[in-house]
Amino acid sequence: MTIQEKEQEIVEEFAVFDDWMDKYAYLIELGTALPPLDEQYKTDENLIKGCQSRVWFHAELKEGRLWFSADSDAIITKGIAALLIRVFSGEKPQDIAAADLKFIEEIGLSQHLSPTRSNGLLSMVKQIKLYAIALTAGS
Amino acid sequence: MFDVEKIRAGFPILKREIYGKPLIYFDNGATSQRPARVVEKMDEYYLNRNANVHRGVHHLSNICTDANEESRRTVRDFIRAASEKEIIFTRGATESINLVAYSFGERFIGKGDEILVTEMEHHADIVPWQMLCERKGAVLKVLPFTDDGVLNLEELDRLLAGRVKLVGVVHASNVLGTVNPVKKIIEKAHAAGAKVLVDAAQSIAHTEIDVQALDCDFLAFSGHKIYGPTGVGVLYGKEALLEEMPPWQGGGEMIREVRFEKTIYNDLPFKFEAGTPDFIGIIGLGEALKYVGGIGLKAIGAYEEELLKYATGRLQEISGFRIFGTAPEKTALISFQVGKIHPLDVGTLLDRMGIAIRTGQLCAEPVMQHYGVHGMARASFAMYNTREEIDVFCEAIRKIETLLGAGNA
Repeated sequence: MTIQEKEQEIVEEFAVFDDWMDKYAYLIELGTALPPLDEQYKTDENLIKGCQSRVWFHAELKEGRLWFSADSDAIITKGIAALLIRVFSGEKPQDIAAADLKFIEEIGLSQHLSPTRSNGLLSMVKQIKLYAIALTAGS
Repeated sequence: MFDVEKIRAGFPILKREIYGKPLIYFDNGATSQRPARVVEKMDEYYLNRNANVHRGVHHLSNICTDANEESRRTVRDFIRAASEKEIIFTRGATESINLVAYSFGERFIGKGDEILVTEMEHHADIVPWQMLCERKGAVLKVLPFTDDGVLNLEELDRLLAGRVKLVGVVHASNVLGTVNPVKKIIEKAHAAGAKVLVDAAQSIAHTEIDVQALDCDFLAFSGHKIYGPTGVGVLYGKEALLEEMPPWQGGGEMIREVRFEKTIYNDLPFKFEAGTPDFIGIIGLGEALKYVGGIGLKAIGAYEEELLKYATGRLQEISGFRIFGTAPEKTALISFQVGKIHPLDVGTLLDRMGIAIRTGQLCAEPVMQHYGVHGMARASFAMYNTREEIDVFCEAIRKIETLLGAGNA
């Protein structure tokens, strides 16, 4: 599945909720289900700056594709991280670097996109892209 | 008679909805809302009376100058200062503290001298002193507080026995809500030969302040936390002390004569007000203080105390609700955590229910470190908040607890 197809899938999943509470309940569920990040990866280097909660993103390159894992002490943030992992994990660095994310707005979480928001969604996307760009440049 | 509905009617923003829910604004510790009359007053000056102050010979300049100076007298009366020369307009409490750190520091602080702050200061009453210590080779000392949020006054005596030249103390803590016994602290500090700056940012809108009765040397507050405009604040300083202090910024307004060989500085308070002041903001602040004075801080304080008592009682009924700061004397704010739920999650979900609170480190990282937490949530009240809003808030907290599970990490 391409990044766009995965985004589309998420948009369809969220479309069944017409209540914001249900959307957040689902995000919380996704956050709870995300496997915890190995303690060794909870380093300062992997810590995303600009978040009120602590969020770590770890990236690994395997056979030309990037695999992400993440953790956060805030559950909604972790749910958002889970969505980002789902969209980006297993993709080629150049596809990740070029991706123009649409799903966040479409599932009605765009209030998390403003740069003044301290939940760090923008910082997370930026960090993912930085990993991808660094690896694209290196390959 | 304190009439909360009448007060609410003066604040247009309180009628708006957030995500389809009536706004419940519990972030007054960060900034209060402004009543229409303050904004209308400023509008009138911007649209029909604007001209720069203290320099024009023309009619409009005189109008603005008079209004600017009338605000100064309003501030003087509001905090019961002896003279309007003791009222310096700044950009806010932060700038007021920086002014003292720079100017008082320049004149009175030397190598090995000590500055004493409390463990419950917010960053604006820590960092300027650290910068001063770095410049002068002085030493920053810290007066600790106990877990319930009360300053350890026995420790104060021990600390004051050192070379303390200045004490920076917050009147009401922005995290713990504690109203500190500043009068007592000032007495002790003076007996030890130290001057005292009181940070009144969180108390100015909630309790009466009499700088002469307190005998504080400096007092700082911001306009936007007392229903006034952003970007304007006040530094009160004792006249004799201000006279001895050098100016900290140079420019227009603060000078009497400028020659390339030597410049002669203006008198107080203008010596500390370089450049065009935010005179329309200052006029707005004057209007806000008149408005608050009209309602009366005694009545406001009594109402808010009731509100705090009610909220504290209701919230304590919720299992896992932990309040940080349980001092006997508190201003109307509650910093808290709900079980193990991250404050950011609490804030995000409350926002969706139309309730605005603050989350994070609250500009007071040392207080977070005291309790070993990464952040807190804070509900801070103002005179326009109601019991009904607190009921909705409690209901919302219960909902969040259910959604996230009380024990959820």
